[in-house]
Amino acid sequence: MSILVEAPGLLTTIQDLGRHGYQHLGVGPGGAMDEVSHRFANLLSGNSPEMTSLEITLAGPVLRFETESLVALCGGDLSPEIDERPVPLWRPVMVRAGSRLSFGKPIRGARCYLAVGGGFRIPLAMGSASTNLAAAFGGFQGRRLRAGDRLETEPFPKDLCPSLQGNFRPHGAAFLGSDWFAPWIQELDFVRPSTLRVIPGPQWELLTDDSRAAFLGETFHVAPDSDRMGLRLQGSKLALGQLREMISSGVTTGTIQLPPDGSPILLMADRQTTGGYPRIGEVATVDIPKAAQLRPGESLRFKPITLEESQGLYLRREACRRDLEKILAGRMLR
Amino acid sequence: METNTTIPTSGAIFRVESLGDRALLVVFGECIDADVNDRVHGLFSILRESELPGVLDLVPAYATLTVHYDPSSWSRPGTLPYDAVRSEILRLSKEARAASPRPPRLVEIPVRYGGEFGPDLEDVAHHCGLSARALIARHSCPEYRVFMLGFAPGFAYLGGLDPALATPRRETPRLKVPAGSVGIAGTQTGIYALDTPGGWQIIGRTPLKLFDPSLEEPCLLGPGDRLRFVAIEKAAFQPEGRP
Repeated sequence: MSILVEAPGLLTTIQDLGRHGYQHLGVGPGGAMDEVSHRFANLLSGNSPEMTSLEITLAGPVLRFETESLVALCGGDLSPEIDERPVPLWRPVMVRAGSRLSFGKPIRGARCYLAVGGGFRIPLAMGSASTNLAAAFGGFQGRRLRAGDRLETEPFPKDLCPSLQGNFRPHGAAFLGSDWFAPWIQELDFVRPSTLRVIPGPQWELLTDDSRAAFLGETFHVAPDSDRMGLRLQGSKLALGQLREMISSGVTTGTIQLPPDGSPILLMADRQTTGGYPRIGEVATVDIPKAAQLRPGESLRFKPITLEESQGLYLRREACRRDLEKILAGRMLR
Repeated sequence: METNTTIPTSGAIFRVESLGDRALLVVFGECIDADVNDRVHGLFSILRESELPGVLDLVPAYATLTVHYDPSSWSRPGTLPYDAVRSEILRLSKEARAASPRPPRLVEIPVRYGGEFGPDLEDVAHHCGLSARALIARHSCPEYRVFMLGFAPGFAYLGGLDPALATPRRETPRLKVPAGSVGIAGTQTGIYALDTPGGWQIIGRTPLKLFDPSLEEPCLLGPGDRLRFVAIEKAAFQPEGRP
């Protein structure tokens, strides 16, 4: 059971839901940037959501399936094709042995997640299979994929629902795609500028009045040097009213830091555990997948939200997600 | 804009504030201070031992403790998850006030100073107006405190450098500083946990691995530890895991 990497793409890494319980040692959580798409890719290939996926960034890889596999692709549309036939996202797809998955032009979004029924065979490092690129451990040999890598996959032992099997339609000789798809897109709108809701951060009040107005009123762009650590934002330069000596303190995914150059950074999955820059805002957790799908050059705006509203949205999303996961699992497996 | 709580604990004051919708900060002060840091580590130990449900990570820093939690585990009708976690922290901090803190662990770090392992030793000695020997003696004398870990896996922010050894960073950072390198940057001293680019003045190197994800305890140092550098001979420098 294996997949051969014929070309690696721009940045293709093994991810899961992250590494927890080690932040006091300076080890960040990592994991899938867009957790929602990661979870659904796993569910739609018959896995549980905390299993592994390949996070594919902008320009995707070329992968040869050496065995028949049940897969799903979720997230950004990076024009996936199997043997030159477009593959629909957000649904179970049965890939025949010998078929070749490739990607074309990115249509929308920045990251697409590929899960394989049974999961990738990746040893856990500190409780997680996610790739820590900075410290070179976890995932596939602690690094991004390269041409020639062979990804072993676990066998898919479970029985698929007869209703699912009857639902597969052939797309040429290469693969069978299910007619039905996951009804999940509401949090992953690809409208630009994207609107991210933000809770005031610990140093919000230190911004000048003009900077607060600019932050909430103006449009920012994602800078080209953005990565899995953070999205660097270009727009109005922001300034603090009073210069305060900051000492290193905790940060989290969604923290918006303000370095001295005045251009904010939105911290993402591969962030550090602590930081010394003022934390002006905190993006609502439910909007992180949207942020993960922003490409360099794309625009975004911030909209204020209270902690109460943000936690309410989170709890509602989680309840919804659990229900949907149950329904999907029931449609996948016997 | 945020509801902050100020509460006396162990004769000290801390404040709780939100850090987004899945984390909160317990703030003990705004400065680098051993007593303040002791209180951070005190609460860190209490919360670690109490193994609160849905608390994913506890991150002690110089003067703050960050608590990462899953709001789903703290969802009660009519109560904000943030308020529920905050109340629990306040309760535990009061309860544990009488408990005496565990004595800190002392870790000895063997260091080969100078030569190929510490290419900046002579420059730093010259900057400080000391002989290389005197620099080594003064660097390996104090008991340093691990205020916090951060920046990279296993990287410890140390306190206790002799002020006479303070030296600015190199003008041009090195593209690769080997893991285990011991450096000085301004009034700080530290040990590179990974091979990384860096601008610190490198005065020596330890053969110990500060970070090894394959071990049960991946990091040699933990928050609150004390450490001492011990000068070793070149012959004793054998790269390996742990003592």
